[in-house]
Formats: sequence, structure tokens, C-alpha cells
Amino acid sequence: MTRPGEDAVGGVIDVAEAVRGGARSALEVAEACIAGIRAGDPALHSFLYVDEEGALAAAAAVDAARAAGEALGPLAGVPIGVKDNLCTAGVPTTCASKILEGYRPPYDAHVIERLRDAGAVIVGKTNLDEFAMGSSNENSAFGPVHNPWALDRAPGGSSGGSAAAVAGRLVSAALGSDTGGSVRQPGAFCGVTAIKPTYGRVSRYGLIAFASSLDQVGPLARSVRDCARLLEVLSGYDPRDATSAVRPVGQYERACERDVRKLRVGVVRDELEQVQDPDVRARVDDAIAALESAGADVVEVTLPTARYGLSMYYLIAPAEASSNLARFDGMRYGLRVAGADLTATYERTRAAGFGPEVKRRIMLGTYALSAGYYDAFYLKAQKVRTLLRRDFAAAFARCDVVLSPTTPTPAFKLGDKSGDPLQMYLADIFTLPAALAGLPAISTPAGLSAAGLPVGVQLTAPAFEEERLFTASRAVEDALWRDAPAPAFAAPRGDRSAVSSAAGAPSR
Amino acid sequence: MTADEVRKVARLARLDLGPDEVERMTADLGAILAHMAELDAVDVAGVEPTFHAVPLDAPLREDRVAPSLDRERALAAAPRVEAGAFAVPKVLEADS
Amino acid sequence: MVSSYEAVIGLEVHAQLHTKSKLFCGCATAYGAPPNAHVCPVCLGLPGALPVPNAEAIALAVRAGLALGCDVATSSRFARKNYFYPDLAKGYQISQFELPLNARGALEVELPSGTKRIGITRIHVEEDAAKNLHGVGAGTDTLVDFNRAGTPLIEIVSEPDLRSAEEAEAYLRKLRDILMFTGVNDGNLEEGSFRCDANVSIRPAGDETLGTRTEIKNVNSFRFVRMAIEHEIARQQAVVEAGGEVVQETRTWSESHHKTRSMRTKEDAHDYRYFPDPDLPPLVVAQARIDAIGAALPELPDAKRTRWRAELGLTEYDAQVLSAHPAVARYFDEVASALCAQAGGAARDEVGKRAANFVQAEILGHVEQAGLDARFPVPAAALAELLRLVERDVINGKIAKRVLSEMIESGEGAEAIVEREGLAQVTDAGAIEAAVRAAIDAHPAQVAQYRAGKTAVLGFFVGQVMKATRGAANPKQVNALLRELLGEP
Repeated sequence: MTRPGEDAVGGVIDVAEAVRGGARSALEVAEACIAGIRAGDPALHSFLYVDEEGALAAAAAVDAARAAGEALGPLAGVPIGVKDNLCTAGVPTTCASKILEGYRPPYDAHVIERLRDAGAVIVGKTNLDEFAMGSSNENSAFGPVHNPWALDRAPGGSSGGSAAAVAGRLVSAALGSDTGGSVRQPGAFCGVTAIKPTYGRVSRYGLIAFASSLDQVGPLARSVRDCARLLEVLSGYDPRDATSAVRPVGQYERACERDVRKLRVGVVRDELEQVQDPDVRARVDDAIAALESAGADVVEVTLPTARYGLSMYYLIAPAEASSNLARFDGMRYGLRVAGADLTATYERTRAAGFGPEVKRRIMLGTYALSAGYYDAFYLKAQKVRTLLRRDFAAAFARCDVVLSPTTPTPAFKLGDKSGDPLQMYLADIFTLPAALAGLPAISTPAGLSAAGLPVGVQLTAPAFEEERLFTASRAVEDALWRDAPAPAFAAPRGDRSAVSSAAGAPSR
Repeated sequence: MTADEVRKVARLARLDLGPDEVERMTADLGAILAHMAELDAVDVAGVEPTFHAVPLDAPLREDRVAPSLDRERALAAAPRVEAGAFAVPKVLEADS
Repeated sequence: MVSSYEAVIGLEVHAQLHTKSKLFCGCATAYGAPPNAHVCPVCLGLPGALPVPNAEAIALAVRAGLALGCDVATSSRFARKNYFYPDLAKGYQISQFELPLNARGALEVELPSGTKRIGITRIHVEEDAAKNLHGVGAGTDTLVDFNRAGTPLIEIVSEPDLRSAEEAEAYLRKLRDILMFTGVNDGNLEEGSFRCDANVSIRPAGDETLGTRTEIKNVNSFRFVRMAIEHEIARQQAVVEAGGEVVQETRTWSESHHKTRSMRTKEDAHDYRYFPDPDLPPLVVAQARIDAIGAALPELPDAKRTRWRAELGLTEYDAQVLSAHPAVARYFDEVASALCAQAGGAARDEVGKRAANFVQAEILGHVEQAGLDARFPVPAAALAELLRLVERDVINGKIAKRVLSEMIESGEGAEAIVEREGLAQVTDAGAIEAAVRAAIDAHPAQVAQYRAGKTAVLGFFVGQVMKATRGAANPKQVNALLRELLGEP
């Protein structure tokens, strides 16, 4: 799969098997990972915090368990990066915002608990667009992330750090979060497989909220099978999240072994015809052809309301966000900038703590909910959302999955779009509909552009039908990404001996 | 959106915007809202809003006391603490 | 006060639901703990925390709605009420707005002028805010204690049907009674578990439109509610009569000055930007469940008092006293039904009346109330046993008091004590006659007085007989025999 010498860490299943079988120790993997991050991340800036002490301790615990003959979890020894909007107890969690700089939560997010229970080694917190608002990771208060495929290009966002770290072979896999495409779009820009599960499939407890009715935690990994294993570990009912689905978890890894014969793949012809980028059109055509060769049937479907996705999303998400971010007020945690009185303290704290995109969305959301505008904006958008759900229901009466590009173009250059918010928002047009409809959607690489940049293709399924997403995307991967090309940037091996052992050195 | 409306919304959202910011915000939000006008064309007569895209069926919680955070941890991130409580700028009406 | 004006009053009551844990998290709701002892990521509004509703809180809210005659919605919604304040951890309160759990109820209030029906607009569920405390010492800070944050509340909003402070007080007392009797709320005004805000306006008598209203907050006793409303009505009248206009504002009641005072008038109009809380599914309560809760509603205070008056012969006064607290009412009910079950020939209403008198006179003084519960000096069954002995004329009332004291001290049963100490009444006709004759013979002067018409002297003879028999003579027999032997006056 990957060229030897370029990948000191390895993929999820590869590492898990190697550790289970004893070919590698978890500690060795963790040390290699941290060394690689130290050497390679300065160019990418995909990590905001590396928890060396925690990682080495977790790795040592896996090795000890194995030595004691205990059963190992499905992710035992696998080094994972976690987006910095997921709470990790005692470890800085900043949402890439000044308002939470240095904040250490007193509890773990539900998905973090699941990772730990599965034996995963959480190596650190990855960079993101501030409060998950953005499509390029240029909105981080602590500096942008660079796409390992071309360092002058954006990795996508908001889970840019997670995508870059996985693509750059710094970790086996990473967790991101997806509200309007924030896992799928950077997945596409960075050539990794990324899935946004059905709303409610994965618990949001401990995910710092952006838009509560849209947010979902999603894994990013180098291969479809790796992604499937991760999602299986993360999924399931959590009584601490009232929007969590009480429903058995599918067998996603197993689904990767099924074939796509007779699978009906829906394609929205209008949508495809509007794609102007020739590389994207070509790779999507490749994917359609690949599925057809493998036995799938292609049918035409329509999603007439999808064209309003941007308008719906940029009314609903900021409205919910404006409310979710009200708690960042300098009273109980985070940044406080003192003012002359209470009101001034609120205003100055939030002005100093939030970046421009966050402020823009808070303003937009506050306005959309305010007296006199609620009906015309927020409520209207929610009604159009119902029409979109009906569109999908009608489409799924005729197909099993809907295929589309993930993004209108491959990764754009850093700085290209940061002048015009609307231009940036347009990067999400293909990913917004599934989020608005609460449906599961996966992005998987379908090849490279002429310039050597990855192009992703997206598959959407009905609620809780993630299994068929893995089946179909594995077929695409087999045909178009079998050799899993690596970016030009290859994580240097780094010096493992410089990594302190678990027995007592301070972490960065 | 006018600059005045921007200032009002900023006050509602407790955001201190400088005059430059107000100007930029007025332009940015104006452009975004102009795009949203496309929703006016959509007929939603008789359509219920989607507050939850997927049916939710999680049960309610049993009335049982669960351990709380110990106070030290609860206060650990507070900018100011006094007498075991969060110290905040004075409010005009307090309970006691 | 010449009233060419009519006062229009609406009341908003916030009552804490009597649950063990908070509305959206498992922290304890106990009162009086050290600050921030009962907090967690959810009620502190830490980033990433999520609310999960308490099933018992919802059940109690349904119970309250049914007890107050409301329509209970099988599907209602939680909504966010957004504003900034230090006692509001998330920057929004989770409440209910467009679709409340209960609506369209009513409360019948007994007034000297008759019964009046006060409409209840809605009863919805919401979480309580934290407590702001003035800083101690030289600090100018406010201190926030989140123990109370997240406590489940119902907000009970009345229609503006009240017309006087007196009516308002009657409404509040009745409301509190009902909530206590249904186990929904412990009625503790001092601890703040039952809080009231009043909306007051005036209008020319006969007018249909509503005048500008002010909201009075921070009144924590029924007496003060009444005073505050009376004061505010007078204040508004004075303003209008002087040619001014009532300003819509929030006013607070000053206990020390006995008047209402304006709170900040300079505040941005409250735009709460209500929207359905996306973190919470629709609140679904099946009709079958609502019906089950309704069927299990305990007897409400009104019905109880009516029954006591009809079946047990209690006076209205007795009934009020014994139903002031649900645990006391339950206790009396237990005692009365145990007695009446064995009443034998005696009429229930006489038995009931006697039991009521005894409980009021001898038991209530020793009851320790604790929230919705109470501790009694002796269990109801034991008291019933004692009173049964009185009903059977085994002992008289005075002896019964003695026996009770011993029961309280030793925990022994009444029968055992009477037996052991030989306290059974003397009912032997011969012994009583002997004592009566002896008393009559010993006091000829009083005999003469009695026969001359001073019938009160009978009491003297009764006393003499009791003294001679060490209180053990059956007073009824003594009385009857005395009258017989003394003859007509």
C-alpha cells in the first residue's frame, strides 16, 4: 500500500494487527508517531497539542495488557489525533480559539472514552477552523494548517488538522467533526476517507457544539476499511446525549467486504453538469464508471431543493451557534477581559476572544433569531429543510446511494478565498445537503487532479445505512485508489530516541 | 442590514465591535443576506419546519443522584474565585 | 380609597419540582449545601455538555397540570431563552415557549364574597438559574453559586383574572396547598422553592382594555405579596391621578421600606430569541401515561376538607388546620379511618370531631415538619388505639392525655399502659353512685345553690367526684347521676 520508508506509523488495521500479533509494540508505534510529528508537523501545523506523556502511558498500558494475556480492543496501540473541539480531560481543548486558550476540560467526551476503551493511543489535539467554522483551516487563532500534498494549499476545513495529519502519515487516523462538510471536504482535499455518520449515530457529549442539529463526530483515515473500524468503535447510544440514537450499530468493517452488484447509485445530472473543474468532473466520472464495472446500476435522481443548501445552512447553523457560543462569556472559564462593568466585560471578552469568522456567524445567527426576523429567516430555512428531506426520501425510493463530487474543486491555495466569506462558503455546496438532512455521507479519494492533488467523491445514504456507504466506497477505492498514493510531503522518520519514555518526561 | 442594526445585534450578542468592524460586518452580512433572499422564491405553504432531521427516541433520565464534580475541579478554570464561588463583575440585583 | 379604578393582577409562580436530581443532569437538588458542591459539566454549562431531561420532573409537572385542570400536551417542546447574566450558565435558559406541557387550567378560590374561578394560562417546565450573592468583604464582585442552577421548575402563569391583593393571596395559598398535596412542591417560601412575581396594572372601572403593567419581583412571603400589590396599586393610582402615565418596568419589593422600587429601567428590550432547543427531542408523554398520573392523583385539599366536613363532622376551621400540611392531613386521615372502622355504634361524625380535637390539642404541638414530610410523636395507628379506648369509655379524655405522654416517652402502646397502671375508668354504677352521694352529702351549700338555679355548680360536684376517684370515674355517668340525684333546679 504505502511505499516503505515513508510511513513510520501505519494504518489503523495494520497497526492493530501488528500490535495484537506482537510484531510491533504499542510503545514503539507511539514513539515513532511522536518523533514523526516533531519532525514533520512544523511544516503542516496540524497539531495544536501533543500529549506525549498521555500517549506513551496509554501505549505502555496496551503492551502490559498484551503481556498479561488480556484481550486487546480493536484499536489497541493505534495512534489517533483528535480534533481540538473534542473534550479531553486534563488536556488543553481550545477549539483553536483565543477564548479557550489553555482551557483543560474536567471530563472526556464520549467518543474519547470509546477510543480509550478500544485501546487507542490518543497522541494529541489537531488544529481546526475556530469553533469548527470554516472550510480551509485558515480561521484558526493559532495559525493555519498546510496541505501535505502542496504546502501552499489549504487542507480544507474545519477538520483541516485531522485531515492533514492523516494524509501526512503523522498518525494512523484522526477524529474530526462535521456540521456542513467539515470532515468530508478536508478528507477530499487531503486524499483520505472521511465519513459524517447519520445524525445521532455518534454521541455529541463532549463535542464542543457549533450547530447542535447538524454536528456529528466523524473519523478520517487512510483507507475505507480503517474508517469503518473507527466508526464502529465510536457509534452507539449514549444516555448523556438526548439526541443519541437508540439503535444497534451496523457492521461497518464487514460491509467493506460486500460487493456492489445491483447497488443502485443515484446521480444528480444537473449538479454534475454544473461542476466546472475538469479534474473533478473527470474523477467523478471515473467513480461512476468504477461502480458500474463492479456491477452497480446508475440511475438519475433529482434533489431540486439542494441548490438552496447554502442559504439554509448559513441561517440554521449560525443561529444555533450564536446560542451555543453564548456560554463563552468570561465568567466561569476561558478568557476574561475586564471591562468597566458586567456588560463591558462580556463585550470586551468576546470581542478579544473570537476571530472574525466566528463573530460574523454569531452576528448572522443572532440576527436570524431576533424578533421580527425569526419567521422570515430561521423558521423559513427550517421549512425548506423539510423539502430537502423529502427530496432525499424520493431519491432513495429509486436508488440506494447518491453519488456526487465532494467539493467543486481540489484544494485551493491558502489565502485564495479568505477575502470573501461567501466564496469560502461555496466550497461546501455538495456537502451541505446531507448534513441538513441528517443523512450519513462519506468522501473517498477517486484519484488525483492533473496537478497531482486529490479529488474526492461523495456517497450519501438513507439514515443509519452507513454499511452501504462503506461497501460502495471500498469499491471506488479498489478501482481508483488501490495504491493509496502518498503526498509529496512524506513524514520524515524523525528520531525515536529523542522521544522520552513514559517514565516521566514532561509533554510539550 | 444597516450599520445601526449591526450595532444593535452586536449589543444583543455582547460583542464589542470597533467602527471598522461595524463597517466590514455591515458589508459582509449584507452580501450574505442578499444571497439568502433566494429562499423567498421557495413555497413552504403547509410545510412543517425540521427541528430534528432524524426522529429521536432516546428515553428520559431516571431521577437518580449521580456524583457531582468536586468543587476544586469545577472552579479550576474560573478566572476568579472567592469563597468557593465564581467571582464575577457586580450585578445590581443579587439574591442575598 | 375611592376606586374609579380597577386593579388587574396576574401572577407568575415558579415552583421547584420535588425531585432528587436536577432537571437535565444528575446533580442533587438539596438545599443549603456549600457553594458549588452540587455541580457538573451540564449545570455549569461547560463546553460540550448536553442536557437530558429528568423523567420524574416531567411526571410531577404533568401531575401539577392535571391537579390544576389543564390540558396536558402529549407532545411539547423545550425552547432556549437567550440572554446574558452571570447566573445563567449557558447564556440561555432551557424553558418552554410555543408548545408548553400544560395549558388552559383554572383554580377556584374561596373568598368572603364567594368562590371565584381564576384561569391558568399555562404551566411549563424550565430550569432554575444559579444564585447571585453579594460579595463579602471589600470586594465589589458578585459571587455565583451554581447549586441551584438546573433545578427543575414549573412556571405557573395565571390569567389576569385577579382584582385585589386579597384575591392574589388567596390564589397563592390555594396553589401552594395543591402543589404540596400532590407532592409536586414542598411549599417552602423562605428557601425559595415557591416564588411569586406579580403583574399589576390599573384601568378605569368598567374598561375592557388592559393598562400598562409593572412586574413586581422578589416577594418571598404571602404577607409581603399582599402588601406589595396593595402598595403598587395605590402607587399607580397616584401616578395616574397626578396626570402621569404608568411606566412598564420591573419593580422590586423592599422589605425594610415596605414599598416597591424600580429596578434598572435602562435595559435593552428583552429579545430572548426563543427557538426550539436542538439538543432535546420533542417532549412526548403518552396519553395513557397522562391518564395514569391523573388516576393516581391524591385527594386534593378542597375535596379532603369537604369530605371531612360531611363524613367526619369537622368544622371548616378544624378542616383547615388539619389540612395545612399534607403529612398532617395524611396522619389525621389514617387516625380517623382506623377509628371509624371500629366506631361500632357511635356516629362517624362524632368520632371524627373528637379525633380532630384531640389531634389539634395534643399532637400538632409536637409535630416536626421537614419539607413535605413530618415527624409525629406517635404513629397514627398508635394514636388510633388510644382514641379507641376513649371512644369505648375505657378512659376519659384527661387520662388519655396522661397516657399519651407516656406513649411518647416510652414508645409503649396505649392499651398496655392503661392495663399496667390500672387507669381504666371506673364505670361500676355502684362505685360511682357511692362517690356521687358522698360528694352531695359533703356539700349541702352547693346543693342548695344548684337547686336555686345556679346550674354551673354541677361542675363543682363533678370535680369533687373526680378527685375522690382519682380522675377515673366515667364523666358521663357522673354527670347523669348527679343530675338525677340533685334533681331539677
